[in-house]
Amino acid sequence: MLASLEGAVTAAILALTAMGLSIVFGVMRVVNVAHGEFYMLGAVIAWWVAHLFGAHPAIGFVAALAVAPLLVGTLAGLADRIILQRIDYDPDRTIVATIGLLYIIQQGTLMTFGPDARPVEAPFNSRIALPWVEWGENGLAFFYPWGLSTTSYKLFVIAAAVVILLALWAFMTRTKTGLLMRATQQDRDMAQAFGVPVDRVYAYVFGLGAGLAAIGAVLVVPIQQAHYLMGHDPLLLSFIVVIIGGLGSLPGTIIAAILIGMSDGIISVFFSPTLAKIIATLLVAMVLVFRPQGLLGRSAA
Amino acid sequence: MTNIGKKTSLLTRRRALQGLGAGVGAMAATGVLPGLSRFAHAQSSAPIKIGFQMHATGIGAAYGRWYDRTTKAAVERINGMGGINGRPVEIVTEDDGTDPKRGAEVLEKFANQHGCDVAFGTLFSHVVIGSAPRAGELKLPYFVVSEGHHVASGMLNRYTLQPGITDVKSQVQSMAPFVAANLGKKVTMIFPDFAFGHDHRDFFTEAVTAQGGEVVAQIAIPPTETSFTRYFPNIPRDTDVIYHVMVGPAVLTFVKELGEFFGPSRPEIFGFIDSLEAVAINSPGLEFLEGTYFWEGNPRHAQADQSSHDKMYRAAVGVDDLGASVSDSKDVSTYAHMFGCWETLNIIKAGMEASGYQGPADRSKLIEAVEAMSDMPMSDDHPQGPKRFNGKTHQTFGVQYISKVTDGKLVVAHTASIDDGLYEDEVDYTTQSF
Repeated sequence: MLASLEGAVTAAILALTAMGLSIVFGVMRVVNVAHGEFYMLGAVIAWWVAHLFGAHPAIGFVAALAVAPLLVGTLAGLADRIILQRIDYDPDRTIVATIGLLYIIQQGTLMTFGPDARPVEAPFNSRIALPWVEWGENGLAFFYPWGLSTTSYKLFVIAAAVVILLALWAFMTRTKTGLLMRATQQDRDMAQAFGVPVDRVYAYVFGLGAGLAAIGAVLVVPIQQAHYLMGHDPLLLSFIVVIIGGLGSLPGTIIAAILIGMSDGIISVFFSPTLAKIIATLLVAMVLVFRPQGLLGRSAA
Repeated sequence: MTNIGKKTSLLTRRRALQGLGAGVGAMAATGVLPGLSRFAHAQSSAPIKIGFQMHATGIGAAYGRWYDRTTKAAVERINGMGGINGRPVEIVTEDDGTDPKRGAEVLEKFANQHGCDVAFGTLFSHVVIGSAPRAGELKLPYFVVSEGHHVASGMLNRYTLQPGITDVKSQVQSMAPFVAANLGKKVTMIFPDFAFGHDHRDFFTEAVTAQGGEVVAQIAIPPTETSFTRYFPNIPRDTDVIYHVMVGPAVLTFVKELGEFFGPSRPEIFGFIDSLEAVAINSPGLEFLEGTYFWEGNPRHAQADQSSHDKMYRAAVGVDDLGASVSDSKDVSTYAHMFGCWETLNIIKAGMEASGYQGPADRSKLIEAVEAMSDMPMSDDHPQGPKRFNGKTHQTFGVQYISKVTDGKLVVAHTASIDDGLYEDEVDYTTQSF
C-alpha cells in the first residue's frame, strides 16, 4: 500500500518530466541533456516565487505553479533560438551544446541561489493515516499502525499530474498548434513545404518540454527541497523511461513512467532503493537488446 | 628520403624525452629543497598562512558556510591578541566541493602554490580520508575537524591530527548507556552510507550491546538521497528507539518524512543533531520532535547555566541564543560542530608558540608540540568544554551533551563526561617517523 503510493508519486513526477524529454526528442530529434537542469530551475524558481509572496504557502505555491513553467519554458525557447537553431540541430552538436547548457544552468544557479537546499512549504499537507486490519487479542480489530500513512499533498501530486497529462494530450490532438507539432514530427521537410513555420514550432516544443519538467519540479519541491544538484536523478530516470517507452512515443513514455515509478516504489520499499535503480537500468539494457525501438516505438524506417 | 625523415624524427623524440626526464629529475632533486630552506629564513613579520579546506559547495555546504564564519572569527580574535609568535595569521580558503579527490588537490595547492604552513578545517570523513595520505606525502600538518574515527583508528598518518573535536566512537560510547537506560533496549539505526555513518553503525552497535541492548535493524541511506519514506518500512515493529543520524542537503526532508511516517504513534527517538544541523528546530513539520532526544556536540540553544566562554564565543561568531545568525534568524548554524574550528585554531596557536614555530622547516616540531598536549580546561580558547588530547592517537576527547526537545527548545538533559568516552588506544602515531 505504502509502496504503491510512493511509487505513484514517483511515477507521476516522472511521467511529466519524461514527457517533456520525449516530446522534444519526438518532434525535434534533439537529445536534451540539459533537461534535468530545466527541472532543477523549475524547483529553484518555485522557491524564489514562494519566498517572494511569503504570505500564505498556498498563494506562493499557486503563483509558482504558474510562473515557474512559463519562465523556464521561455528560457528554453530562447536557448533553442540562440543555440540549437544556429547549429542546425545537428545530432552530435546538439548533445554537446545541451551538455554545455547543463553546466551553465547548474553553475549559474550555484552562483545565484547558492549551494543550500531550500524547502518550499506545501499549500496543504495533512497526514492521512490508513487503517489496517489484523487478528489481535480481541479478535478482528482496526488499528492505525505507524508507517501506514500518506499525506494529502502526495495524493494531490498524483491527481495534478494526471490532469496535466490529459490536458497535454488534448493539446496535442485537438488544437492547431498540436497538429502543427505532430506534422513536424512526422516529416519536417514536408511540413515546411506546406507552410508550417518549423523554426517557431521547434522553439515552442523545446519550451514546452522544459516547461513540463518545471511543472514536475514545482509539484515535487514541497516533498523534496530545491537544490542546485537535484537535476541528476530525474534526467537519468527520464532517459530510462524514454528509452523503454520508445523514443518519441508519448503513450509509451507514460506506460514506461508508470512501470518504472511503481517498480521503483515497490522494490525500494520491500528490498532496497539501490536494487530498484539496478533493475531499472537492467531493463533499459534488455529493451535496447531485444526491442531497440522501445515498447511502443515504431521500428526504424 | 622517407626513411631518413623517419630516423631523424625518432632521434629527436627520444632526445626530447631524455631531456625532459633529466629536467624533471633535477627539479625533484634540487628544486624543492632550496625553496624550503630559503623560506625558513624568511623575516619573522610575514604572516603565518593556514590553508582552510572549505566545503563551500557539494553536500557539506551548510557546514562549510559556518566553519568559514567560525574560522574567520577565531582568526580575528587571535590576530587581535597579537597573532602567533608575533606574526599575523592569514587564512587561505579553497573550496573542496565536499569531494575527496578535490580535497587532495586542494592540499597540494596549499603546500606548493600558496606556501601554507599548515592545512585545516575539513569535516566530511570521506574528504579527510581522501586528503590525509596526500598531507603525509607533502609533509603538511593537517588539522581536521571531522569527528570521524579514522584519525584514532590508525588509518591515517602522523601529519593528520584531530585536536578540536571528539570522534564518533567516543561520542556514541558515551551516549549508549543513556539510550539503553532511559529510552529502550531495541534500537533501529538510520545512518548515511559512508565512512562517518559506518562509524556510527559499528561503534553504537558495539556500545549498546555492551549495555544489554540490541540493534534490531540498520538502515543505510546514500548521503545524496533526496527522498526517504521508502526506507522507513524496514523499521521493525518491535523497535523501542529510533537512532538517526543524517547529513547532506536534504536533512530537513529526512526528519519531516520521519514524522509523517510515524504520525502520533512514534517510538522513542534519539538523533544526532547532525540530522538537523543548519535547520531550525521549529520548522513546519517538525512538531513531532517534541519530547525526543538529541546528541549535541555543543548546545545550540543558550542554556540557563550558559558559561561566560560560550557567551563570548557566540558573540564573536555572530550567533544568537537560538543558534541562528544574528543578522538572519533563518540562517541556523551548525553549532554542534563548528566550535571545533575555533578550538583547533587555538591549539595550532598554542602548538606554534610552544615549538617556537618559524616556518615550514619547523612543521615536525609543531606536531611534536601538539602531541605533547593533554588536558585543556574550559576557557575562551575552549568554549565547548574541557578537552583531553591523546598525543598517541592524535584524537581529542571532550564532554558530550544530550538535549531533550522541550517546548520547541533544546534543553540539556544529560552531560556525558570525558571519562565516559575514553577507549583503548588503537595506534601510536608518535612511533612513525616524519
